[in-house]
Amino acid sequence: MSLATPGAAPADAPAVLSAPARSRRLRGTRRAAAGGTAAPGGRPAGRRLAGRLTPWLFLSGAVGLLLLFTYWPALNLFWYSVTDWDGIDLTKEFVGLDNYAQVFTDPRIFNVFWVSLYYFAASFAQMAIALYFATILSFSTRLSSFFRGILFFPYLINGVAVGFVFLYLFQPGGTLDTVLAWFGLADPPQWLGNPDIVNWSLAGTSVWRYTGLNFVLFLGAIQSIPHELYEAAELDGASRWQQFWAIIFPGIRRIIGLSFILAIAGSLSVFEIPFIMTGGANGSATFVIQTLQTAFNFRQVGLASAMAVVLLIIVLLVTWIQRALFPDEKVDLT
Amino acid sequence: MARKALAGIVLLTAAGVALSGCAGGGGGDQADNTIDGEVQGEIKVITWRTDLVEDGTFEAYAEEFNKTYPDVTVTFEGITDYAGEMQTRMSTTNYGDVIGIPNIQPAQFEQFLEPLGETADFEDTYRFLPAASFEGTQYGIAFGGNANGVVYNKRVFEEAGVTELPTTEAEWLAALQLVEDNTDAIPLYTNYKDGWPLTQSFSNLGAVTNDPDAPITMAENPAPWTEGTDVHAIDSLLFETVAAGLTEPDPLTTNWEQSKVDLGTGKIAAMTLGSWAISQMQDAAETGGASADDIGFMAFPAEVDGTQYAVIGGDYNLAVSRHSDAKAAAWAWIQWVVSESGYTEEQGMVSPVIDKELPETLQGLSEEGVELMEINPAPAGKEGLINEIADDSQIDLYGPIYRQKLVDIARGAAEGDKESYFAELNERWAASMANVAG
Repeated sequence: MSLATPGAAPADAPAVLSAPARSRRLRGTRRAAAGGTAAPGGRPAGRRLAGRLTPWLFLSGAVGLLLLFTYWPALNLFWYSVTDWDGIDLTKEFVGLDNYAQVFTDPRIFNVFWVSLYYFAASFAQMAIALYFATILSFSTRLSSFFRGILFFPYLINGVAVGFVFLYLFQPGGTLDTVLAWFGLADPPQWLGNPDIVNWSLAGTSVWRYTGLNFVLFLGAIQSIPHELYEAAELDGASRWQQFWAIIFPGIRRIIGLSFILAIAGSLSVFEIPFIMTGGANGSATFVIQTLQTAFNFRQVGLASAMAVVLLIIVLLVTWIQRALFPDEKVDLT
Repeated sequence: MARKALAGIVLLTAAGVALSGCAGGGGGDQADNTIDGEVQGEIKVITWRTDLVEDGTFEAYAEEFNKTYPDVTVTFEGITDYAGEMQTRMSTTNYGDVIGIPNIQPAQFEQFLEPLGETADFEDTYRFLPAASFEGTQYGIAFGGNANGVVYNKRVFEEAGVTELPTTEAEWLAALQLVEDNTDAIPLYTNYKDGWPLTQSFSNLGAVTNDPDAPITMAENPAPWTEGTDVHAIDSLLFETVAAGLTEPDPLTTNWEQSKVDLGTGKIAAMTLGSWAISQMQDAAETGGASADDIGFMAFPAEVDGTQYAVIGGDYNLAVSRHSDAKAAAWAWIQWVVSESGYTEEQGMVSPVIDKELPETLQGLSEEGVELMEINPAPAGKEGLINEIADDSQIDLYGPIYRQKLVDIARGAAEGDKESYFAELNERWAASMANVAG
């Protein structure tokens, strides 16, 4: 920061020439330097220095934490992914791209992506339910705050608790079977034990848990639409259905687009619900569960890191393709 | 403003120092800090027995220990997911002074643990040494030992009309079929959902063929899932029992804590577990209003020339951390706790001290004429070979994943049959043998 004072110009260069030359590279330097010469004996130099440093100091905390806890571990992950580390040894041998080669050649690793399709399909149901209720509850409905609360509530529950609750729900003779028996369905399937049903049960649990989040996003977006539009539409005699298609849907298209990105990224990296409820058994293992098993059950942290990196790249790629195919259109309601 | 900014810098710097402090530190290289040094200082014991930390059992041990060694302060830390958490914790230098050796390769012992001496010098005093020994150096002493076999409910077996304990797979299936037909009990409970109980039957490796070198035999067999081997008998027993419908109807919703009560009260007839489970089952039986005498223990249903064998093996091995600041105190604690504390007697485990008697819980085995056997140390250079192949082939011999698949196939929930799955396992095993050797 010695550039801030004119005296800091290199001794061999004339100060008059060097100051503007530098200012082109470092915006703001010149102004400060000029201020310094224009008001000699003004504010103390240290104070000015601190004043200019302030924004950087504010930034440094957040950026520092981000670098320390996000980017540094991510870099470490890349490093692990090119070693044969077993997760505990003090030496890590460099093996180049062997791990990546294994990720792409071992069919057992990529097979589990089929499981993600269940969650992807379920995310459509999730968004439809959320959109339906968000639309209804954005109009003045009886007990609307109460229903809003009920719909958002599942999202507030810890994922582990949700897992356990549904574990009891799905047990043979558990809550779900009891309720079905009231309606005369005496012979329910094994919700988790049947390999054809287990992933739907788990995806259903996931829908129950995350609908609240979509709901709140949609509700917020719908409520940001100016109220006059509805009034005008009503004066023109538009039905609720027409209002939905002409005002609400285009008005919240961005949020729906965002939810889609989250849904795809989310269904590729499903973890906690299947992990807690089945531990990935019975064909319900997702890619993240398999990565975890590779790292800690089979002690191949190098390979698992490569899997994690590949998942990261896939998620980025999917998001990028989606953005390219459906660009962020400017919403215009007028 | 300036002062606040400066305060910010100071704070950040302090945080940085604190963080880097975590990475460094951990003395332990002083000359007088050896296991033969003066027994004093503070030691932290990291343990998987969270129940004994909570109910004060360990605290009572510490008080007793202090009568002999008053200059040592012992503190305890229980970790619920011990195996998983220690794996990340070992990458720091701060993992307590006394630990149970987690799942690391024998060749890695010296990176983390203090050598305790020549294995040969311990052989006259302690059992179960091979697991914590590498190239003739001993790194740990087992905290207690178990016999492996099957925990069962005697009353249910009687009601079902099983008069003789099974000694072959066919007899086993016939006995469980009787239980299925004549009682309401689930003949065999797999504990599939919790996973780890599925792994317990693997500890019978060696008992089937009376082969004390079983781990190395298996590591050097390119097709271990072939009729006549230990692992084939162990996995086949599970497969056939599930395939015959003699296990719980929905394995995905099993519950370990509940299963203890159910075995105690006779809703479950048998589980393949180590003898450590007996005392827990007896407690559960009494809690559930049944009798502790109902709980029995039998050897794995296999015999060699008319004799049944049961493998006894050590639990976690207690070891001194390389980074300990009070190695002598830590070593003194280990020696004291395995022989003086009364832990093995209370828990019904086999004491690692050779001179001590077998626990009462295993009396049933000796009455049946079952012979106890120990697994030999692996030959030099082949320690951990079986683990390396298991890791490379992703067949988790000591974990539940491949056995859950086995159960899935057996109950018709996954594609394939016994032959195709065992063939696949053999193929993966052989490929990894070549990998590890090359």
